[in-house]
Amino acid sequence: MSAPTTEWRVLQDQLAATGYVAADDLAMALHLALMLGRPLLLEGAAGVGKTQIARSLAEWKATKLIRLQCYEGLDAAHAIYEWNYQRQLLAIRAAVEGGEAGDAIEARVFSERYLLERPLLAAIRQPVAPVLLIDEIDRADEEFEAYLLEILSEYQVSIPELGTITATTRPMVILTSNGTRDLSDALRRRCIYTYVDYPDRATEMAILRAHHPGLEATLIGQIVGFVQALRREDLEKTPGVAETLDFAAALAGLGINDLTSDPVALQAALVTLLKTQADRATVPTEVAQRIAGKAA
Amino acid sequence: MMRITRFAARTTGPADRVADFMAYLRDNGIGLGVLDTGLAISALTHIRATDLTEARLALKAICTSSAEEFSRFDALFAAFWTNRGRERAGNAAAKSNERQRAPHVSDHEAMAGSGRAERPDSDGVGEAEQNGQGRLVGSPIRNLMRVDLRDVVTKVDMEQAEAVARQLARAIRDRRSRRQKAAKHGGRLDMRRIVRASLATGGDPARLFRRNPPDRPTRLVCLLDVSGSMAVYARVFLAFLKGLMTADARTDAYLFHTRLVRISEALRDKDALRAVNRMSLLAQGFGGGTRIGGNLAAFNATYAKRLVSGRSVVLILSDGFDTDPPALIGAELARLKKRGCRIVWLNPLKGWQGYEPVAAGMAAALPHLDMFAAANTLASLAALEPELGRL
Repeated sequence: MSAPTTEWRVLQDQLAATGYVAADDLAMALHLALMLGRPLLLEGAAGVGKTQIARSLAEWKATKLIRLQCYEGLDAAHAIYEWNYQRQLLAIRAAVEGGEAGDAIEARVFSERYLLERPLLAAIRQPVAPVLLIDEIDRADEEFEAYLLEILSEYQVSIPELGTITATTRPMVILTSNGTRDLSDALRRRCIYTYVDYPDRATEMAILRAHHPGLEATLIGQIVGFVQALRREDLEKTPGVAETLDFAAALAGLGINDLTSDPVALQAALVTLLKTQADRATVPTEVAQRIAGKAA
Repeated sequence: MMRITRFAARTTGPADRVADFMAYLRDNGIGLGVLDTGLAISALTHIRATDLTEARLALKAICTSSAEEFSRFDALFAAFWTNRGRERAGNAAAKSNERQRAPHVSDHEAMAGSGRAERPDSDGVGEAEQNGQGRLVGSPIRNLMRVDLRDVVTKVDMEQAEAVARQLARAIRDRRSRRQKAAKHGGRLDMRRIVRASLATGGDPARLFRRNPPDRPTRLVCLLDVSGSMAVYARVFLAFLKGLMTADARTDAYLFHTRLVRISEALRDKDALRAVNRMSLLAQGFGGGTRIGGNLAAFNATYAKRLVSGRSVVLILSDGFDTDPPALIGAELARLKKRGCRIVWLNPLKGWQGYEPVAAGMAAALPHLDMFAAANTLASLAALEPELGRL
């Protein structure tokens, strides 16, 4: 585009400087999320760089990255806050022996000092606004989504014993989802949305160049052609961008400059791309050579 | 070269235009609230709104909220904002109808297969040639391209089938409670309550409170065959699915004939009439041929990856007559099975006397099934209850 550079293009360039090549959709969505103070919801297949964008954003903003990895059964105690029970029990024992009154003990034991911050609480109490990455939100239970919704709209946490803690700074929130279940509409509506797809050829080559500046241009073209052709095959686990980078690193380590030159080494390097037994069987040496030949 | 359309006479400024656009998106099935319009307008202040590409990217980020909407947005945007699209904007709805009608073509192809569409494809030794006491009757001219499901679902059938479905769903819930019982032995300590209680006893945790791990609800995924050979059962089974859906909103449902259609959203619709209307749109091609293997493959490649896990029970309602090679059914079921789910196949033909699963597709499927049962009458569906509980 020949038009004068606008803010979101600047953001795209800044991210590129940290090694993250963002598609236009993603850069614009991130720009708006930052401008409007909304969470950004990223969906897409595993390995397209959803998690990495949060790291790059934190690096660019020179701020902390606070990450909450979701899993089935994640509850408030692991995501928001928990009391430090061991210390509480010890403190109660000590206070009772010191003859302290019950009310005083209670007030002391349920105070800041005995509170353990978990990622969500920590994220709203930073002096500098951090990047809060809520990874694979679809793995958490629906109940947890409700907690999250409350925190993301009010930016405050209520602790019954302590009162309401309001955010000192508003974190930049990025949520990622692999789509293992459908997210609630309420959460979707709160967020700026973008779907992250596998990068196109030019983008993926730019990513490779950013991460492996030492690779030759022809090899980069071959690698990207090979991986993109592989993605069109019927695989159980389609290789993502991370796998492409590993593959390039493996080839560099094996000293390969041309994909078609050494079938054995190529087959060995495929361990970085094909992660299941069935996929390995789908791409035997001959098939790999055929794809590599086309990509070359 | 795209040019921005002139503002319509009644609108006074860009904000109105954006509001119009939001209304247009809403008409096209993208769920947007009033607040979203405000958000979209403020988003446009953060970019150069005169640049069409930037405006498109920005509105896309604001207005879409799922992968499906994301992929449709660009076409809708072009149709509304550019001159070329403007001329056809009025036709946009017609255009989307066209897309939905597209499967007709494939239906014609499918019907070119052996057997007549309203009867199972058969090699002469299959169930279709047998007599039995089942309720299967040769359906007369049922092979309409579009069968309005309002005709298909009668009220009484629907109520009965829903009742049975609720019973079955309850059977599956019973299974949950059994798991909970086992968990009682290994419950975690509830430290928060223990500390609170120990304040009273001077720091001695005199009473131990426990927490049980939460229930792990079983998810039902239903695949309903609505091909010609299944047409007489379709009405009851649809109601049956609706019942399952009522009992547990997380249930997922699909129709398949020559292609696979997800109907979970349509079935969840609280307005019963609208639900039926939505389904008749989805079920175009209803009553044509079957491609069980191909549809299972499509299911494995798309929805199953996201929605089927070790806690799922996949319920297939089909007679097993397939125009795809039988080996495909076996391979795809094996693949599905790998996700850790349990597979139940309900076959209306199994209720017949002397039934043998000789249809090649059915025979190929058998080794991968956790349960293979009859489903030709409501009574036989109801009889499943204890068995499903044991699964």
